[in-house]
Amino acid sequence: MANHFLEISKVGIEFPTQNGVFTALKDVDFKIDKGEFVSIIGHSGCGKSTVLNIIAGLYRATYGGVILEGKEVTDPGPDRAVVFQSHALMPWLSVYENVALGVEQVFKGQKTAAEMKDWVEHNLALVKMDHAMHKMPHEISGGMKQRVGIARCLAMQPKVMLMDEPFGALDALTRANLQDSVMEIQKELDTTVVLITHDVDEAVLMSDKIVMMSNGPAAKVGEILDIELERPRERVALSKSDQFNYYRQQVLSFLYEKKGVVSFDAAKKTQQETSSDVIEKQAG
Amino acid sequence: MTAITNNAQSKSDESNQLLASVGKYLSGIDIKSIVYPMMGIIIFLFIWSVAASRIDTSLGQFPGPAHVLEQSKSLYQEYQAEQDKAAAFYQRQEDRNAKKLAKNPEANVKIRKYTGKETFFAQILTSLKTVLFGFLVASLFAIPLGVVCGLSDAVYKGMNPLIQIFKPVSPLAWLPLITMVVSALYVSDDPWFEKSFLNSAFTVALCCLWPTLINTAVGVANVDKDLLNVSRVIRLPALTHVRKIILPASVPMIFTGLRLSLATGWMVLIAAEMLSQNPGLGKFVWDEFQNGSSNSLARIMVAVLAIGLIGFALDRIILIAQKVVSWDKQAVLR
Repeated sequence: MANHFLEISKVGIEFPTQNGVFTALKDVDFKIDKGEFVSIIGHSGCGKSTVLNIIAGLYRATYGGVILEGKEVTDPGPDRAVVFQSHALMPWLSVYENVALGVEQVFKGQKTAAEMKDWVEHNLALVKMDHAMHKMPHEISGGMKQRVGIARCLAMQPKVMLMDEPFGALDALTRANLQDSVMEIQKELDTTVVLITHDVDEAVLMSDKIVMMSNGPAAKVGEILDIELERPRERVALSKSDQFNYYRQQVLSFLYEKKGVVSFDAAKKTQQETSSDVIEKQAG
Repeated sequence: MTAITNNAQSKSDESNQLLASVGKYLSGIDIKSIVYPMMGIIIFLFIWSVAASRIDTSLGQFPGPAHVLEQSKSLYQEYQAEQDKAAAFYQRQEDRNAKKLAKNPEANVKIRKYTGKETFFAQILTSLKTVLFGFLVASLFAIPLGVVCGLSDAVYKGMNPLIQIFKPVSPLAWLPLITMVVSALYVSDDPWFEKSFLNSAFTVALCCLWPTLINTAVGVANVDKDLLNVSRVIRLPALTHVRKIILPASVPMIFTGLRLSLATGWMVLIAAEMLSQNPGLGKFVWDEFQNGSSNSLARIMVAVLAIGLIGFALDRIILIAQKVVSWDKQAVLR
């Protein structure tokens, strides 16, 4: 059997609650090839961010596991760097220092100080933030912060770039701009990307593959849709394309007509608690 | 001739410019930020003087603002007189020694310290040294301990009962114990510090400990989870993690703790000095009270105002330090 680059294998996660064990994910199973751009989409609270956190190693799966290049993932590391929705820049470090923080740790002993400096500047240039290198995070806009977050992630040279709703907090124009930038960079570097999103257009526009998740509790992968659109993709042209609209309609129908629910026993249980409530409680 | 007029011309230009810039500076000041505090002070002085004139104590009338001002001047004069005496003493000593050495270069000359009466300003200096030493000692323990408590739930749960029990204890209750322990353990032929200094300083330290410890722990425990996750993804080693993420992130809370600590430390110090007769402002107040002259109350009132002003100044110093150190430049600091 062919070994996949990244394998999410029968992942399940349970959280203890006052009312007993809560199963957030059950049998989540999909595979990602090298250089692939994969989106995970689902209603909010279905546990899609939990999947990302398990891949990142920030959460430990109760069942199953994540295998990257034949090795099981057990804890977080720079080979699976994360772009957080809240950008998560250190407010006391400048833009440059925020990126350098990761670079200095990851390339310790491999690069000289001068090489590290060049590498940080190169990555900031990649996200078009080299002009604001010495600004503090509070001096730049939300979109720019997220660019820096992406630069910090890229600068660690991750095998997989994990993006947790990175454009969720941005206005529509900034978001479109940043989506284009990410697509450009991904094409140039051939990075493997896992993107968590609840935006159907974003998923179809950016992905090679969309993993659609059913509603929790015990959420699992409902359908996987391959997007075979030519790259580079241009949003205005695509909006008129039938193929694009077909994919879009497929995702919408999964999310709203099938209510993201695949027929299995757990879904029939009364949904007193949505999984997001419980996960937030767990995460404290 | 023309040169002179030119010169005069340029001089008047300069003074015009100066006037303009002064005017600009004055108009830039928010009048309300001066007028309102002044109003507050004036109203207070008025109420004080009216109330004071109606209170008769066994030590005479309660001092009003005028009486207090007069006594603060006399305290300053006493300080100057004492300075002069000290200078004269050292001068005499020097002359004597010089004479001795002139007679016999091998002579064993002694240099003695002047031991005059402690002035008000000397007492202030002693109190300041004591509170800063105690505050420093407490902070050196409280900040690292707070970081550990904030990082480890187990340590926090272990420490919490102790913190909760010892926090409400007035440090004055500790004072006798501290006095005995210091005199038992601090035995040295050539002591760096006076024992009385250490007694007061450790009493201050004991009460400075808690606000810094608790606020640091809360600050560390509440660092943004995403920032912690970034650190985990980067795989920062534990010490780098504390130095680069935890400490900067909790700087605002640490400073809140430090300010509370110093404020309580300063309050406690005065009480400790009164109780234990250790040198300092507290002793000054107590001595004046025991002295019982018609000026005593006014002199105590001078001390009260000095204590308040110094407490205020200490708080501002920490605030300035926070503004310099903290990254959170937009935080509204009061």
